[in-house]
This record gives sequence, C-alpha cells and structure tokens, in this order.
Amino acid sequence: MQRFQCPFCGLRDETEFHFATEAGKSRPEPAEEVTDAEWAAYLHLNDALKGQAREVWVHLTCGEYFLMTRDTLTREVSGSEALPGRAS
Amino acid sequence: MTRRYSALSLFREGLGGHRGWQPAWRKADPRPAYDAIIVGGGGHGLATAYYLAKNHGITRVAVLERGWVGGGNTGRNTTVVRSNYFYPESVALYDLALRLYEGLSRELNYNIMLSQRGMLIAAHTPMQMEICTRIANAMQLNGVDGALMSAEEAMRRVPLLNRSEDARYRCMGGIWQGRAGVARHDAVAWAYARAASGLGIDIIENCAVTDLLIEGGRVTGVETSRGTIRAERVGLAAAGATPGLAARAGVTLPIHTYALQAFVSEPVKPCLDTVLLYLGTGTYVSQSDKGELVVGGGLDRVPTHGQRGNLPAQETVLSGLLEMFPAFGQLKLLRQWAGVVDVVPDSSPVIGPTAVEGLYLNCGWGTGGFKAIPAGGWLLAHLLARGEHHEISRPFGLDRFVTGRLIDEAAGSGIAH
Amino acid sequence: MSGWRHPTAGRVNRERPAGFHFDGIALTGFEGDTLASALLASGTRVLGRSFKYHRPRGLWGMGGEEPNAILDVTRDGVTMPNVRATTELLEDGMALSSVNAAPDAAHDRYRLLDRLQRFLPAGFYYKTFMRPGWMTWEPMIRRMAGLGRIDPANCPPADCPRINAQCDLLIIGAGPAGLAAARAAARKGRAVWLVDEAPEPGGSLRWRGGFIDGADWREFVDAVQAEVLAAGGRVLARTTLWGAFDHGLFAAWERRTGLPDVHWRIRAGEVILAAGAIERPLWFANNDLPGVMSAEAALHHLVLYGAVAGRRIVLATGGDASYPVAAALAEAGAEVTLTDIRPEGPDAPEGVRVVRAARLTAARGGREVRCAVIDGEAWEADTVLTSGGYTPSVHLYCQAGGKLDWDDVRDALVPRRGTAPIMVAGAASGSFGLSAALAEGHAAAGGEGPAPRPEGDAPWGVTPMRPDPALPGRQWIDLQNDVTLKDVGLAAREGFTSVEHLKRYTTLGMATDQGRTSNFAGLAAMAALTARSIPETGTTTYRPPFTPVPLAVIAGRRRGALFNPLKRLPLEPEHRAAGARFREYGGWLRPAVYGTGDESTLAVDEARTARQSVGIFDASPLGKIEVIGPGAPELLDFANYVRMSTLRPGRARYGFMLAESGVVYDDGVVLRLAEDRFIVSASSSHVAGVLLRLEDARQDRFDPSRVVLHDVTAHWVTLTVTGPRARDLLDEAEIAVPEMPHMGVAETTEAGHPMRIARVSFTGDLSYEVSVPARHSDDLRNRLDRARGAVGGRWIGLEAVMILRAEKGYILVGKDTDGLTMPHDLGWGAQRERRRDEYLGKRSLFTPEGCREGRRQLVGIAVSDGDAPLAAGAHLVPLDGPRRSLGFVTSSYRSPGLDRPIALALLEDGRARIGDRIGCFHMGEVRAAVVAPACAFDPEGHRLDG
Repeated sequence: MQRFQCPFCGLRDETEFHFATEAGKSRPEPAEEVTDAEWAAYLHLNDALKGQAREVWVHLTCGEYFLMTRDTLTREVSGSEALPGRAS
Repeated sequence: MTRRYSALSLFREGLGGHRGWQPAWRKADPRPAYDAIIVGGGGHGLATAYYLAKNHGITRVAVLERGWVGGGNTGRNTTVVRSNYFYPESVALYDLALRLYEGLSRELNYNIMLSQRGMLIAAHTPMQMEICTRIANAMQLNGVDGALMSAEEAMRRVPLLNRSEDARYRCMGGIWQGRAGVARHDAVAWAYARAASGLGIDIIENCAVTDLLIEGGRVTGVETSRGTIRAERVGLAAAGATPGLAARAGVTLPIHTYALQAFVSEPVKPCLDTVLLYLGTGTYVSQSDKGELVVGGGLDRVPTHGQRGNLPAQETVLSGLLEMFPAFGQLKLLRQWAGVVDVVPDSSPVIGPTAVEGLYLNCGWGTGGFKAIPAGGWLLAHLLARGEHHEISRPFGLDRFVTGRLIDEAAGSGIAH
Repeated sequence: MSGWRHPTAGRVNRERPAGFHFDGIALTGFEGDTLASALLASGTRVLGRSFKYHRPRGLWGMGGEEPNAILDVTRDGVTMPNVRATTELLEDGMALSSVNAAPDAAHDRYRLLDRLQRFLPAGFYYKTFMRPGWMTWEPMIRRMAGLGRIDPANCPPADCPRINAQCDLLIIGAGPAGLAAARAAARKGRAVWLVDEAPEPGGSLRWRGGFIDGADWREFVDAVQAEVLAAGGRVLARTTLWGAFDHGLFAAWERRTGLPDVHWRIRAGEVILAAGAIERPLWFANNDLPGVMSAEAALHHLVLYGAVAGRRIVLATGGDASYPVAAALAEAGAEVTLTDIRPEGPDAPEGVRVVRAARLTAARGGREVRCAVIDGEAWEADTVLTSGGYTPSVHLYCQAGGKLDWDDVRDALVPRRGTAPIMVAGAASGSFGLSAALAEGHAAAGGEGPAPRPEGDAPWGVTPMRPDPALPGRQWIDLQNDVTLKDVGLAAREGFTSVEHLKRYTTLGMATDQGRTSNFAGLAAMAALTARSIPETGTTTYRPPFTPVPLAVIAGRRRGALFNPLKRLPLEPEHRAAGARFREYGGWLRPAVYGTGDESTLAVDEARTARQSVGIFDASPLGKIEVIGPGAPELLDFANYVRMSTLRPGRARYGFMLAESGVVYDDGVVLRLAEDRFIVSASSSHVAGVLLRLEDARQDRFDPSRVVLHDVTAHWVTLTVTGPRARDLLDEAEIAVPEMPHMGVAETTEAGHPMRIARVSFTGDLSYEVSVPARHSDDLRNRLDRARGAVGGRWIGLEAVMILRAEKGYILVGKDTDGLTMPHDLGWGAQRERRRDEYLGKRSLFTPEGCREGRRQLVGIAVSDGDAPLAAGAHLVPLDGPRRSLGFVTSSYRSPGLDRPIALALLEDGRARIGDRIGCFHMGEVRAAVVAPACAFDPEGHRLDG
C-alpha cells in the first residue's frame, strides 16, 4: 500500500488516488489548427519514465488534481503540490 | 550426445545417467555485427528469432537479454492461451498464435504442455450475457470456436462455482472457447530458445542494451553492457522496458507501464478443469498441472516500473477468487509476483515500424502477451525480414493512434481483456 | 516405530489426552501437542509421500520450514487440506490423513514410481509426452500431482477481520534478539509491537533454555512482556509477519483460538527484524528417509512436548550447536552418537559417544532409517539427526528491498546494512548465539545501559558443509518437490545455470516450504557445479508471503454483499413491499419488475400500462451534479457536446459528454435552474466519472473560484411519472405542477419541503421527474401510490423502462453505444459541423477515423421473419455474398406499443441502409430483417404532451 500526499488533505492510501496524466502536457487548440499527429501525441504519447517522474494525480475523495513527483521504480515519493495557481 | 527429445532418448539417457544431454541453447557471446538484433529474450523476442531463421532463412541474428531468458513477463504470467476476441483484426492475430501453439510442441521438439481445456468467460447479469452473445457471435463469424454456455452447463463444468443465494455474482453462463487453455510458460521461452539456437542464432544473456545507435535516421546497432553490436535491423520486444529503449531513438510511445500480479496457491488434487474469467470480479483462475491454482486479476493502480505487487490489489483479486469459489477459502497463498506490463490506450499490441528506419516494435501487449507469443514472433520476423507489414500485423501499427482507428477490445466488446 | 513420549519432559498437559486418527489408525496425544509432536511421540514415521517419486517421507522440522509433514485435517466433518503438522495444534477428535498417497502413506500404490526414477529426472516432461499429444497424458499427470484434496463442502466463512494498525517500533520475532530490542525500546517509552509465529514469546529460548541476567529465561520473557505492555505496546503470538510492502506497510496473519484469524496491516515508525535462522540439512545418500530429521527440531520436540525422535540416534554435524542437542537426547534416555566432521570440537556431553573427523555419507533403510553409514561403516540407528549450519531468515529484509552479502565466517548470506529501512538483529543477521542475539537486539533498539547477558553462552562454531556431487547415491536437495543433487547437475549440464532457471527447470524451492531447507543447498550446489562463488551464482527474489497464508485471511470480509457493495435505493423497502424483484443495474440494486410470474411478460405488461395510462418508476440513481457559479455556463459548454450556455433558466437540454477520444462517454439532460445554477443528470453508473471529468476541466482550464461542483445524487429521490395520464396522476396526488413545456423544469415547495419537477421524457410519453430530498421520499411515494389506483397506473421496473425507451430509439450508453461510438454515429452530427468553440473530445471527431465512411451508426431493426425478438448480441450480416459482421443488435424487445419485436443496432453506414433487408446472425443461424429508423414508436413525438 503506497501512500501519497494530497496537498489539501495530507497523507492518504493509494486507493484514494487516481493517476491522471504525465505533467507538462498542454491541450493543443484550437482544434481546427491541430494536426492529427499533434492531437495523437497529446492524447496518447507518454514518456513512461523509469525513475523520477512528474505526474498529475487526483485525490478522489476531495476531487482535487495536483502534481506529484515520484520514482516509478522505487516508488519513493519526493513531493506533491497543488496545480499552479491553486493554494493548498 | 543427445539433442533430440523423445521418450526413447529419455530412456537411453536414463540408462546412462543423463550425462549426454546438451545445453538447451548455446551460451553465445556477442559478435561485432549481425543481420538483425532482437532486444528482449522473452517469448516474443525468441520466437522472432526462430521465425527469422525458419521462415526467412536469416540466421545471423542475436537475441539480447539483459537478464535470463524468459525472465520477464513470459515467466510471470498466468499461462492462458485463447483467441476469444471481438474484432476480426484481433481474432486474426490471436488465432494465428493459437494455431501455432497447437503445433508447437512437435515443431520445436519441446513439450510446452499445451492444455486446451477450454475457457469460460462468465457473466453475471443479463446485460453481460448480451455482451457475451455479441462476442460469441463475432467469434463464429470470424471463424473461431466460440459458443454460449448456459448457467447449468457452467455449473456442471465448474462444480465449485459459488451457488449460494447470497453470492454477489452468480454465474449466468458465458462464452466458451474449447480450444483455449494453458501452456507451460517457461517451456515456451526455452523451446524457442533451443530451436532458435539450433538454427544458428546467438542468444546472449546478461547483455543489457543501453543505447540505440542511429545514423542519418536509420538504426545501425546497439550499445550494450557487453559492447557495441552493429545491425541494420533492430526489433524491440522488451515489454515494459520498450518505452525507455525507444526514447533513446527519439521515439515516444503510447505506453503506460503498470505492475500486474499473479498468485499461486498451494497445490491440491484436480478441482478445476477449465480456465475461468469472471466478469463480475475481474478475477481469472486455472489449475496448473502441479495442482496449484494460478490466479490473476486487475492491474495495480499506480503506474510503475517496479516488478513488485502491492497489497490492495492482492486483497481485491483474492477476495474476488473466493467470491467465485468459496471452497478455495481452504487454500493458502503460496507465491505472488508481478510483471511490468506495457499498456496502450486500446489495449491492443503495437507491431510495426517506427520513424527510425530499420527499427521495429513488438510491444504494448499489456496483460495479454503470452497467448500471442508465436504470432508476435511470426509477425515481427516478417517485418524485420521484409521491411513491411504482414497483413495480420498491418492494423496494429503505431499509425493507428494518429488515424484514430484503434482496436479497442474493451470498448468494442464491453469486456476488458 | 521409533519416536516415543518421554514420561516427564515437555509442557504438554498430560491430564488432557487428545485422541486422533492418522490414516485411519487411532492414536493419542496430549493437549498442547502440535500434530507433529503427537505423531512423533506416537512412533508414526511415514507421514506422506513425496511429490514426484512417491517416496515415504517423515517429519523433518519444527515450523514453517517443514517440507514433508503436510496433512489433510478433518475436524467436525470439515476437512482442511495441506495443513502443516508442525504449526497446527492438536485437538481431540481430529482425523489426519496423509497427502499424495493412495490409499494411505504406508501403502501407497504409486510407490513403484521410485523404481523408475532414473527415467524421470528434472524436467523429463519437457522431453516427452509430445505424442500423441500432451492432453492424452495430462489427466494422469494431474491426478498424480497435487498434495491434499479440496473438500467441496467446506466453504470457510468470510469472517477474518482486516485491521490497520500503527506502532512506534515493530519487532519481528520474539526470540532473544527481539526480546532484548523490545525491552530496550519499551524502557525508552516507545510503543512496541512484538510479533512472533509461535504460541508464546521466547524463540529458541523455549527449547534451548538459558539464564539471562541471572534468572531463568522465562522470567526474562515475562519481564519484557510486562515492560512492553506497560509502555503501551503489544505482544502478538501465533502471528506470522508475512509480507513487506511499499511505503512501509507490513502484513501479518494472526491465528486465534475460537475466533477468526486476523489480517493485520501494520505501519511502524521503525522495524527490527529478529526472525532467527533455520537449520540446514545435510546431504548424503537417502537423506530423505523418514527418521532423518533436523537436530534442532529434535531438541524442540523433546523440550516442548516430550516427543523424542528415536531410541538409537546418530547426530551428524559440523557445528558446536549440536552438542547440547545430543546431550539433551542422551539425558532423555536415547542412545546418541554424535559424528562431527571436524577433528576438534566441544567436549563430549555425558552419555554421548562422539566420533570426530567423521562424515555421514548415507542413510539406509526401506520405509525408514535403519542405519547410518559413517566413513564407510554402517551404524545401526533408527534416527539420523543432522545439522548443516544455519540460514538466516532474511526474507522480509529482502522483500523490503534489502540486499544480501555473502559472509564466509558466518557461512551465510547476511543483510547488507542500510539497503532496506529495517534493522536486523541476532541470528537473522548471521549473529548466532545467545549473547550476540541479546546484544544486537539491545543495540538495534538504541538500548541504554548494558544489554541482557546470558550465563555460560554455548559456543557456536561451524564448519561450512556443502552437497558433494562426488558422493554416490541420491541426495535430496528439495524434499517436497523431489529435487536431487543429480537434478541440479542435469540443470547445469543443460545450461539452466541461472538460479531462476534452476528453480523453474527443476522446481527446486517452489514447494510449500518456500524453499526454506532447499534454496541454500541448490544455490551452493549450482555454484560448485559451475565453478562460481555463491554470490556470483546469485539468489532468487524474495517475495511475500513469507509463509503460505490462507486466502480467506487476505480476502477478509470482502465477500457476498460486501464485495463491491451495491448501492441501495432509499425506497427499497417500499418497492419490496410492492412486490418488486430486484436486480443490479450499473452498481445499483433496482426493481426489475413488480409482481410474480414470467419476467418478460410482466415487463411487457408494465410497459403497456405505461403506454396506455401511467407508470411510475424510481429514477433516483440518475446522477445529479450541481454546477454552481458564474463560471458554470462556460464549463458546461466545454464539457458537453451540446452547448448549454444558451439554455434558459427553467429549461432542460439533452446532450452528451465525450471523452477526449471523441467517444460518447455519457448522455443525459442538463437542467438550468438559474443563471448560475445547473444540474447535470449523469447516467447512474457514470456519476463518478462525469464528476471527475468536470473537475478536471474546472481545475485545469477555468477559474475554479467561479464555479463549483457538488454531487447531490444521493441526497434526492426521483420518481418518474410517465404516460398519457401522468398529469392526472400528479393532480390526483395533489402535487402542484407549474405549467411548463416539454423540457421545462421548476423548483417548487410541497408540504414545506423542496421539490423539483422536470418534464423530461425517457419513454416518449408525457413524463414528470419529481425529485424530493431523500428524507421526504416516503411522503411523495405514498401520495403517488395512492393516486395510482385512481388513474389505473402501476409501478414499473427497469425492464419496462428499457422497452419504452428502446421503442423510442433512446440509447443507453454502454449498451447501445460502444467505446468507438461518436455522437454523429447517433444522428447528432450538427454540433460537430457547427460548433466553432472548443469542447471535450472535439479534435478526435475530425481524425480520419472520425470522418471515415462506413462508421457504425445507430439504427432500428425490424424483424421480417416471424414474431420472436432478435437476440441482443446477434450480428448483422449481408444476406448475400461473403458473411462478415456489419454490426450488431444492441437492444431487442417485444414492443407492447407496436405489438411486434423491435431492436436497436449499430450498423455500418446504417442510416444509408434504412429500408434495406439484412441478415441477423445468431449462433450459426441467420434471420431476415429490415433496417429501420431507430425510433420505432411515435416518431413525430405527439405523445410527449400527453
């Protein structure tokens, strides 16, 4: 059982969280100017890094999305923070 | 010196104390250059090597394995083989694999213990039965053996199924595929390794690929823990390690990696004669020839590269098992392990070329790679040898993510495979 | 018949004999015995047959390492398979039976297999059984494999609690090291959990004994327990710490008498592993014969239970620790010869004959040991005890990610400090001997002052011993799985030299003893055969469970109604009283039909009544997500395929939520109650998903301070009144309904509590969705129920609703759509063409796939060959030409409104095929049908206004 730090609620069990996406992706817009390849890259491509990774997660019980940095191999969590502009 | 396996050779060797058996495969050291390199010494990589030699006559081939042969997901799965799929593209792929499996022991002269004891996908609501009907009809239209099974027949074949009125998920019947079953997973890897080695292919263990060499947009070789090895054609068949390798060539993949656990109980005398997948719980189970129950379920929820299972998924899968089979509450958990699976958005594999010339992929098998090993090898070998798709692999290229033409079995059939 | 009961030794309760049977033979033990000690004392030698060669096997050990004494145990008519005799307490009336033996261990009919052993080496099955095919041979092999038998009638209850716990310090193992650590920590005021597999703390002190700080060991144990409890800690006996998981979680299995076992999930500030060590066997010809036992185990059974292993005993060793064992057995009255491989060692204990520089090379006997061969000389003996050194129990350290180092002096793999967040003390760290254990435990817990000190600590010198391939005969490495040294040699010859390959090829270490007594020997043998050191050869990965754990313990109470618990309606009792038959729909338990009799007939009748007069159904599971604030319109515009900002307050609009892949994720009506207040009606099974997607957009894309989301699904009960007489029924129920058009919504007050009425129709008839706070639902329900009689209406279940909506071509997402369905496939293409602004999933609608010809579109199917409805799940195929799937039937019913079968389907280019004849393939048969518009009933929509 891993435990993650919700910036709003504190340390909670992994079962309360849901992985959303790798951090740093921005939605290409407007749709009319986005190529199929650009859209596919946004929708589907991932780095799936082995080691340190920065990801967006959601704490299902409070509904807040946040950023988490962790090691995908050792599973050590090095920190979590609210999305930019969101006070925790 | 005995190479050929048979009851007779076993008898002869028995008289002589088994001193004449040869190594199953040569422990090759890397040569400076090959016609083709396959990264990943699991089932898919070894099958690729074998079919390169057998189907295409290409034998200057190296299979590079960072650890020991068959030590990745080939040796970590629940050994189920089947082709009970919905889309024609999937059926073509998985049934090619199943047909090859059906002749594999004799072809490779190695008993992979293919046991076609049949598989039931069990439903528990009328709506799930409708979905099962949809799949069984699709299987029949696609020319594979799929049938609907009634609840009574399911109870007869699987007598220990939960019959209680209090069952959360009472079996209402489901889809039956008689040709589905299980095979000895390690044996599949060893059989291909032995056969490929016998055809002259170098199987190089403890040889980790650290980089891909790219010149002018084409692959020219690999950097390994045992030095540089040149080849104009490289196939990646490294499951969860594929994204990291592809990234070395500037190729980003639509893959997330997750841990998938498997569980084994203490052995008991035969008590379950089919493979069973229960839609209500997502748990699947079969009994090994040794008598152990082999159990699997859903993925661990946190993306990872660590080959470790976590407790919540164990609790979920095993409670699902006992919900299906209350009598299995008598048994104990003997072993548990996890593999890192490469999951793509539509849960169908990626087989095809990349933007780098000469670099080909066989990945994205997610939770279902073992059953496809012969086909995965057959098709990647075709790509490496010919530089173009086999008709069966064409729909499974990376380009489908750009066109949007996904082959999403879970979406199409309503059943997550 | 060689074991015997000492007249006084041991701590069994001789006042309380316990009668039991083994393989049908009546025997007697005492309260306090384990199955193993009772069998040993009874003189029973052959306890089972080995897995492969069906060799007779007897008791080897004293705990979880026991490879042989695995029994099926029947108690009160219920049988548990594969019970380890060394860890199960004897109860009066138990019936024990041997496993893997037919009819029983003494007369096993497969014993002749051992004669064929030369033709059955490791992995023989990979080399044969290929003709005519494996499945010809498999049933026979399966029957011969396996240990115990499942009792089909034994379904253990789902009653094991799972308890989460936290402590300052978790100490695994309550032997001397663990006790010293516990004492030191408790004295510093820390809450210590001291966990041990055995029925009581003490570890090896329990049979090795000793004086600590001048007092008998029992006083030390009692004092430590008292200190632990006083400091707020806890001592858990009969508790196996079986798994170390991520982020410092440990799983433990506690066995309780008369109560269900407990599944503990423990988190600790710090952890000390003091799990001790396990005695290694020795390797000589026929080292698997019954009567060959661990020396340490023999002492254990003698001291704790008065069960003596034999009368004429040869003890073969290379270590000092065996001398006290020999002494105790001699004192108990056995004739003991100790053979020490070393030329020198401790003095011969009184009554023990010591032979130095002597090597045991074979045991002989038929069904049990008759003699031991020492340096070529046969010595008559009924029992051979062996000690090949000790292997530290490092499993949990490695499970937690720790690494091991080879230590030549200790002749063992020992934990490399700092590689796991666990401290290791005592024999588990390779520090054998009482004083070392006490000192290390004390230090690990940061003990202040002197560590506990033993008196007269025994020496613990050991000479490394290894399997010797040069020795003739068959030497067993893995007793339970029947792996011999020759099998390891064969694996090496065939190239299976990696330890993982060795394990998988020979099955070495994969038995239910988890390789406790075999892994080290296998590793050492492979190292020797391949001229590598042990660290070069490597070890296999350690994973949970440390010991086999009952599935029922891990599964816990999550079974039956508690497995994925169903959501229940507040009005469930009332529906039941009205005769409702319940079924699961998308996680909710809802009325399927009301009344008795054939379900589909009832559903058709209910639907007919709703068409002719009025029906009432409970629509409470319909999602109700409030979207509140000035930012609500723009959020909903983005999240919905249909624009909602243009909706006027007091009105409702149907729309879709798409996934970013463009696929229809959910459909439903959005109600606008005020300029800044909406309610999103998500499908009952999609509420959480819709909420998550709305939250995602809200937080990632918009100003979250301008809009908030609130899921109030469970707060409201919604009853839908539908049919031409819907309004009459509401009037009869004296519910004031404001005038509103179709797709109007109003908030009212009824009897002092809020009510919401929406004219939204899922049936095509005039319908009112009436919602009240759940606590007021009885009143609403009763008023509607009373009015029902007056207007000839009835309660209708979900099955009738399914028919009504299908007649209208209204979809159910997930049933009439699949994971590829886009809105334009459902006839909703206009927004895709027109909308210039961004919305969820937009770009995906314009990929080549989104624009492709031949997409599967929603249509109706009219049966043209008879009166029976089509099978839902039938595929649509061309009537001529090659047979291939063009799509499939998603919903199919008998329509009471039209008095004929109707169906919905997803069909390639479906809309262009309307009017065409088409085949319907189901289980090999093809029926003729005609493609029709999805809406089969009242296509003009006249009935929406009643």
